[in-house]
Amino acid sequence: MQRIRSAPPRYWLVLVAVLFLAGLPTVVTSFQASEFGGALILAIAIMGLNVLVGYSGQISLGHGAFMALGAYTSAVLVHKYKLDFLATIPIAGVVTGVVGFLFGIPALRLSALYLALATFALAVVTPSLIKRPEALTGGVQGILLIQPDPPQFMKDGFAAITGTAMTSDQWIYYVILICALLLFWFAWNLVRHRPGRAMRAVRDGEVAAAASGVNVSGYKTLAFGISAFYAGVAGSLFALSTGFVSPDTFPVGLSIQLLVGGVVGGLASIPGPLLGAIFVYFLPIESNQWVPSQSWIPTQVANTVVKAGPAVTYGAVLILIMIFAPNGIVGLVNVGYSRLRRRLRGAADRETGQVPPGPQTV
Amino acid sequence: MTGYASRLAAVAAVLVTLAACGGSSGTTAQTDTGVTSNSILLGTTNALSGPAAAYGTIANSELAYFTYINNTKGGVNGRKIDFKILDDGYNPANTVPLTKQLVEQDQVFAMFSGLGTQTQTSVRDYLNSKKVPQLFVATGATTFMADFSSHNYTIGWQPPYQGEARIYAKDVMTNHPNAKIGVLYQNDDYGQDYLKGLTDGLGSNASMIVDKESYDVTAAVPTLASQLSTLKAKGADTLFLFATPAFTIGALAIVTKIGWTPNEIYLNSVSNPQVYMGYAKASGAALQNVISVGYIKDPTDPQWASDAGMQLYKTVIANCSTCNVNDGFNIYGVAVAYTMVDVLTKAGSDMTRANVMNIAGNELNETNNPFLLPGVVVKTTSNDHFPITQEQVITWNGTGWSLQGNLIDERGTIK
Amino acid sequence: MQEFLQQLVSGLASGGIFASLALALVLIYNAMGLVNFAQGEMAMFATFIAFALIEHGLSYWIAFPLTLLLAFAGGIAVQRIVIRPVERAPVLTLVIVTLGLATLFNGAAGFLFGYVPRSFPSPFSVSTVSIFGAYASYQDLGVIGVSGVVLLLIYLLLQRTTVGLTMRAAAHHPEASRLLGVRVSWMLALGWGLASAVGAVSGIMAAPALLLEPDMMQTVIIYAFAAAVLGGIESPLGAVVGGLIVGVTVNLAGAYLPFVGGDLQLAVALAIIVGVLVVKPNGLFGRPAVRRV
Repeated sequence: MQRIRSAPPRYWLVLVAVLFLAGLPTVVTSFQASEFGGALILAIAIMGLNVLVGYSGQISLGHGAFMALGAYTSAVLVHKYKLDFLATIPIAGVVTGVVGFLFGIPALRLSALYLALATFALAVVTPSLIKRPEALTGGVQGILLIQPDPPQFMKDGFAAITGTAMTSDQWIYYVILICALLLFWFAWNLVRHRPGRAMRAVRDGEVAAAASGVNVSGYKTLAFGISAFYAGVAGSLFALSTGFVSPDTFPVGLSIQLLVGGVVGGLASIPGPLLGAIFVYFLPIESNQWVPSQSWIPTQVANTVVKAGPAVTYGAVLILIMIFAPNGIVGLVNVGYSRLRRRLRGAADRETGQVPPGPQTV
Repeated sequence: MTGYASRLAAVAAVLVTLAACGGSSGTTAQTDTGVTSNSILLGTTNALSGPAAAYGTIANSELAYFTYINNTKGGVNGRKIDFKILDDGYNPANTVPLTKQLVEQDQVFAMFSGLGTQTQTSVRDYLNSKKVPQLFVATGATTFMADFSSHNYTIGWQPPYQGEARIYAKDVMTNHPNAKIGVLYQNDDYGQDYLKGLTDGLGSNASMIVDKESYDVTAAVPTLASQLSTLKAKGADTLFLFATPAFTIGALAIVTKIGWTPNEIYLNSVSNPQVYMGYAKASGAALQNVISVGYIKDPTDPQWASDAGMQLYKTVIANCSTCNVNDGFNIYGVAVAYTMVDVLTKAGSDMTRANVMNIAGNELNETNNPFLLPGVVVKTTSNDHFPITQEQVITWNGTGWSLQGNLIDERGTIK
Repeated sequence: MQEFLQQLVSGLASGGIFASLALALVLIYNAMGLVNFAQGEMAMFATFIAFALIEHGLSYWIAFPLTLLLAFAGGIAVQRIVIRPVERAPVLTLVIVTLGLATLFNGAAGFLFGYVPRSFPSPFSVSTVSIFGAYASYQDLGVIGVSGVVLLLIYLLLQRTTVGLTMRAAAHHPEASRLLGVRVSWMLALGWGLASAVGAVSGIMAAPALLLEPDMMQTVIIYAFAAAVLGGIESPLGAVVGGLIVGVTVNLAGAYLPFVGGDLQLAVALAIIVGVLVVKPNGLFGRPAVRRV
């Protein structure tokens, strides 16, 4: 009882968030549940990218390629070898994780800038690489997947609560949610314990870390492997929820989207990827649809926003965040929260009301 | 976050309405989802931003035609046409959720003129399982017309790429039977579909093809010199270009640059608009003996200057402030919108999805589309679900395209 | 043999385009040790500005230098407004900012000018010339020639003028330079301005062959990266040599290696990047970098 009462407010927040996400399909339409599922998929991929970029300090602009690998692994296993979809999710993750780990080995030799360059080139080349092994990947035709029906026990449970039949989309949402919760929990543990500390040591100063006995190359390649595993699982879930994979579904924009999401949400944080994913998933939709439908926005402005598309907004947002809030939303929240706490606890100067500057985060 | 609130509220309202109506399909025998007493809601996904955004004007020109019909005729049978256009950026990963939104949230009556092969393939099964018509998709990929038996809620409109290539095959076999053919094709569904049509059309003469080279859409145009040099070195004297506009223009210039003068160059119809030929010429292409096909009137062709259909097109396109009147994509949009309105008119008082789909897929017989070349009919029957199969050979005469001979009909040749 | 020669010559022609953009990349790297992911998009945007000027009636020979001036000013503006606030930030931040710039410029070009490809005039004739039986156009030779001239100018600037010396000092030893009274930040701005102008030259030279559209430089930048990396990211000479080599290699690989074929040419560039970085990170002409620990 004592532990529950003294648990930091964060834990309650997490509990509320989990309950909200679990209950979501019962109050929104099937379609909206599938949209949230899409955002959660990005959150998983961004969490993986975060492990690499935020916690171990290596840049990857090519995580779309890892998502593609996971997606196609699942798609091929289901389509050609008739495996059950759920079984392919961990397989896709492991395959991609291994490839990522192997990728991490030559990546050790590349400095941050060159790694960014090489992974960027990889992202651009990914669609043409997918097209090549046509017999396996279906080439430009892509692979169509049939979305599975919910299992009976889920159908019964859902019907009991809401009175409506459960759709495939809602079932898939729950699959995604379970994976997301598991993977977020795993990442949280990872960063709290030795591997997380080791990675952060590597990130903050490789030479010092090596001098302190940290196996720098080991942890760096491990980070690559883990982050690729996450991207692979995300890719697999993406194939499941979209029902179609093709070379055009993994353009370079996807890799950029993942990085934007990670940065906007806040690198080196656990809630960051979720916030960033919501941002990058819903921004294009809302700017294209919500903006024109608001009568208080003048038509000229609305048309400009729609026509400029997400590209201009992404670019501008990215630059502004890096200049003014490099720790993303989470960083802003932390700064705001700590300022609030200190003010409330009387750290402010009685006369001027000024609060002394707080410690740097991350 | 207010977006959510309003969307949630809207969705909640819809849920209640659905519950009250007891289902999503049809309340009375004569109307259907997306149809009210004075409106019909159509939806589409198109590439309004991103690399394929040049095609986005198609949706705008279609909207211009619907606006014209709403203004001059009060809509179709007293119902105005509402047209919701969503931007999928040519990425199937976006097409799927946006289409679901249009169907499940916006409750459209039908999907119309969706752009792209991969994008429309990604939602075909979904739309068919929900029995939402996927009408007149904006792609010539043969599968949308050939697979009607397995997907009877999907229909194309424009001539299939394979049919077009067959016309080229016929032309080359008739007029240049000893040609040694070299093919440069884009390595995607578009280029591969054309190549298949050419190979099938040549049949036993497929050995006329001495070499085929592909390129990826990510290629930098000047690197096409590699493939074209190879084709020249392998002895090809007739070139087929199955490429999108930028690559076609580049290839035409490179052909001249490397000192190659093929006896004939066959271009595909998407890349033949006059303005692109002008660019090719400015880049140094010799443009001798260039052959293509057409089925729509070209707005830049002087022979249609006083044609009634062309005048109507210009009136209609004035409704669209961002549309360039000379852009061939725009007259395409108006032409296919004409067919859409035609189908809705024929549906009369039985404005259900099933009826409209039946007319579009099995009973179309439009002979008077003012924007198509004279003589082109838009026709479907219970055995044949290729709406347009006629095209006419055109040759480049230095300043424009000249129609040659008569319309060639490829109906019935593609299984 | 004839065909091989043609592939070679054509490769040199496309290599000229890669070389000209690579020069801009090298300038930025010399100025601040950063690879500018937005270089291609900035070059494309400058070319659109030139296009707009020509559309408004200016002659090509006025629009060209005017665009260079505007690009120079624009490059300085970008450095002052966007880069300076994050100058001291870790590499990741800078990479993300340049990516943001790339997205922004690309989206802005699409928004302002649309996505329909347009033709762009060239000062060189498009007629062909025969070199030992292989064909190239004057346009191709012109691009290579201009790259050579730009290379010479850059070399003279960096190695033979005080300004160039100051720029290099500011880039390699910013603290010492500050002590000597060098306005380091403005030297960086100068570097950006110059790189932007060189990029504009590259765009204007390349546009006639590539067709002007917002995505014009999207794959060229990858080839330019490969060229800069191969030649040694600090060396302008390396950029030009690297560009020509990349152009030739890509052409020959596409023509003679069946598993590459016509559609995996870009993957060849990726292989060059990874290969060089792993085997000989300093490229052909770069000096080995010493890391202070």
